Amino acid sequence: MRLALGFLSGLVFGLGLVLSGMSNPAKVLNFLDLAGTWDPSLAFVMAGATVTAFIGYRLVWRRGAPVVGSSFDLPRATRVDRPLIAGAALFGIGWGIGGFCPGPAWTALPLLAPGTLVFVPAMLAGLWLGSNAARLPAFQPKGASR
Amino acid sequence: MDTATATEFTPWASLGGGALIGLSAVMVMGLFGRIAGIAGITKGAVAALVPVPGAPSDRDWRIAFLIGLIAAPLLLMAAGMGVDQTVPASVVGMAIAGLLVGAGTALGSGCTSGHGVCGLARLSRRSLIAVLTFMAAGFVTVFVLRHGFGGA
Repeated sequence: MRLALGFLSGLVFGLGLVLSGMSNPAKVLNFLDLAGTWDPSLAFVMAGATVTAFIGYRLVWRRGAPVVGSSFDLPRATRVDRPLIAGAALFGIGWGIGGFCPGPAWTALPLLAPGTLVFVPAMLAGLWLGSNAARLPAFQPKGASR
Repeated sequence: MDTATATEFTPWASLGGGALIGLSAVMVMGLFGRIAGIAGITKGAVAALVPVPGAPSDRDWRIAFLIGLIAAPLLLMAAGMGVDQTVPASVVGMAIAGLLVGAGTALGSGCTSGHGVCGLARLSRRSLIAVLTFMAAGFVTVFVLRHGFGGA
């Protein structure tokens, strides 16, 4: 049951990415290219997704607990700290080079473009590296959170 | 490194596709009580193969979710729809990009979906700062790569 629901959720997410055009790095890079071939589509994707989630979250939170999970597990961190800023900046640079963020990279995988086949393993290695780097003293300020 | 390929502005398809992404985020929250951040979901799935510090322990649905993501374009193609795609071809560029995206989202605890869609929907200040930071970094990076060295 959990597996089927997980698959279905991923499928809906993936259909959204492909239909919205976000599985195409060219569209993402053009959104980021204000001075050139600008394509504002990504802003519409974010708007459609965020508004839907904003309303939907408030509806499902009315239930005491998720359907197949034990409790709602929301991020508890509230501090804007060094890992957040440094991580987001590194991510943004990589996003600007490749035009992929993690979701679109997965949906692009079965199309087997050479760039995707390089990007996805590198991203997995990066996730592992970044998770370990997050433990370095430089990223452990007082009261640090995950 | 990439050559600028003009793409068509698709407000309605993008708004509709975005609503599906939001729906999936609501499904993940309502069903599993979790944030639908693809970086976090991927991290949980990778932890099934190698130990990853701070990775979530509920791996079953995360792996199924990723399989669903991969299945989506195949389903659309089976239904006779074309899936448009232009992926930058530089091997070195894509390797660096992948490393930065992976490491950055792990360090910053989220990506376009986790901080972007889910975080903004929760009205999280941390997520708003993260989104503004990665958007700014993305704008600057593309500007430098496409226009910074006497390019177009």
